[in-house]
Amino acid sequence: MRFIFKTDYDQDIRLLKHGGHAFWYGLLLVAVLLAPVAVDDYYIGQLTQLAIFAMAGLGLMLLVGYTGLVSLGHAAFMGIGAYTEAVLLERGVPFLISLPVSAGLAAAVGIVVGLPALRLAGIYLAIATLAFAIIIEEVLARWESVTHGFTGMVVEPISVFGYELSEGADFYYLSVGLLILIVLMSLNLLRSPTGRAMVAIRDSEIAAQSTGIHVAKYKTIAFAISAGITGLAGALWAHKLGFLSPESFTVLQSIELLVLVVVGGVGSIHGAIFGAVFVVALPQLLAVGKGYLPTNVADAPGLEAGVFGLVLVLFILLEPMGIYGRWVKIRTYFSLFPLYKKASFKRQKTYLKSERLR
Amino acid sequence: MLQFVQLVLNGSSIGCIYALVALGFVLIYKATEVVNFAQGELMMFGAFFAYTLITLFGFSYWIGAAGAILGMMAFGYLLDRVVLRPVLGQPAFAMIMLTIGIGYVSRSVAGLVPGWGTAAYAIDTPFSAEGLPLLTTAETSLVISEQNLSIIGATVLFCAVLFAFFRYTRIGVAMQATSQNQLAAYYMGIPVKSVFSLIWAISAGVAAAAGVLLAPITLIDTNMGFIGLKAFPAAVLGGFGSIPGAIVGGLTIGIIESLAGFYLPQGFKDIAAYIVLLAVLVLRPEGLFGQATRKKV
Repeated sequence: MRFIFKTDYDQDIRLLKHGGHAFWYGLLLVAVLLAPVAVDDYYIGQLTQLAIFAMAGLGLMLLVGYTGLVSLGHAAFMGIGAYTEAVLLERGVPFLISLPVSAGLAAAVGIVVGLPALRLAGIYLAIATLAFAIIIEEVLARWESVTHGFTGMVVEPISVFGYELSEGADFYYLSVGLLILIVLMSLNLLRSPTGRAMVAIRDSEIAAQSTGIHVAKYKTIAFAISAGITGLAGALWAHKLGFLSPESFTVLQSIELLVLVVVGGVGSIHGAIFGAVFVVALPQLLAVGKGYLPTNVADAPGLEAGVFGLVLVLFILLEPMGIYGRWVKIRTYFSLFPLYKKASFKRQKTYLKSERLR
Repeated sequence: MLQFVQLVLNGSSIGCIYALVALGFVLIYKATEVVNFAQGELMMFGAFFAYTLITLFGFSYWIGAAGAILGMMAFGYLLDRVVLRPVLGQPAFAMIMLTIGIGYVSRSVAGLVPGWGTAAYAIDTPFSAEGLPLLTTAETSLVISEQNLSIIGATVLFCAVLFAFFRYTRIGVAMQATSQNQLAAYYMGIPVKSVFSLIWAISAGVAAAAGVLLAPITLIDTNMGFIGLKAFPAAVLGGFGSIPGAIVGGLTIGIIESLAGFYLPQGFKDIAAYIVLLAVLVLRPEGLFGQATRKKV
């Protein structure tokens, strides 16, 4: 068991708490950087997709896991980011400008959507974001002069100072680099007063208000940051897809992002990454597993969605902290061996936790 | 003018379906504070049960409909007993995700059951789709089909039965007590957990009724549950905790959709409900019929 001897207050907020952290994350970084040398192009494509989904999931995680606001419409922010990127590139705006503008526009829309959030609580907010997402989906389909509607639009390749970055390893490095940047930004945000305020709002809005946190302001900030990150992921996703149509950004996509967050582990940055691994790997695993199933089951069109839902249900029933929660339990088991107690992670039940009687 | 009335009539029949689905949301939310995102899928299962009994087994429409409703009540009861009770008392977000997951699994399972599959099916009903003239003038006439009439009539019937149930039966009053304050109800000797399961049973039964009524209009397929997404605005419009509100909300959404489909450009029909929803939430966050709540510390 490791015991950290604290001699300095800065140790509490240091990103790398001890040498083990530095070693393992360093190793991960090296593995990520060397991946294009070691594995096939196909898997690089999958890893790129993983990085993009992890980014979108991270955006949603900041909102759901750290501010406690549920959004059922985050695919709409992805859609806004993706279409802004495609439309700007079509008009000849350079990539280095179009990418931040896409994220910025998504963030601005996030503020507009977040404004009702100041008045709404719980389920009403979730349904408001759902309504917003459905309206955006319809706008993307109908605003044909800009988005080309259901005919779809081709996304121009990325070119930075004459270098093409939309393919293979180059695009992989771009996505992963941005993901690392966003992860670091989120970590920093969460140890800043803004992040602490968000967490306080999640845990108890009333307590947060009593300690002098401007709840409305921080909710809006959380919405803007979350939408901005998801919009950025959307812009990259546009390049990964290469061809945009409104069907890529439906309510089901929003729910997939929420599942990513839940399965990965609500309330942890790791959770967003683990969740993205789950979302990207599940279809692959299913494709392998289908060989062992009877054909009428394996060929059923709803199988993937069904397994998706089943995993979600099982996680909520058996492991509400997600993959990351399971990992923490395993790690604690070994670091405390043989003194680990199941009760240390026991779920607290709160009866009569009513939203109506506030 | 007559055309306007006609549109309102057409809208109110689909509105009744929304109202029944919204009613299911509201019943569960009022009692257990769970928002059931799988309500549409319960409706889908109800319709498939009816299809199995009527078309596959050859029972009459009435027996099939009653069987579907009873079967779904049992299904709803078991669903609560087996899946939802273990997570009782968890945060609302976990419950939302759980019901979303149940919805996914339900759609997939319906596609896998032998005889159901992913095609669209119809059931034979004693109601014709032809219009009965109500009022005839020189140029045009006001018509309503037997199907639509059956939907409206059944909705009125269900509301009356539910109203009487909650008002006059012992268990109905116990349910009202539970929805007002779980702990107090528990202290009065009401078996709160069983009441929850019963509420789920009733809600699933109402959903099955909606499915059976909707079947002749949209056909039965595994994705018919997405109509639940339309019932959300209906429930929110009515305040999400109010049963009459759900009915009025459902009718309003149905009528608005029907009018928007005719008077507004293409595309507005599908999103009119959500625009109204957002407007209501911004102007009156607690819904049209909701009670204003004050924050207590």
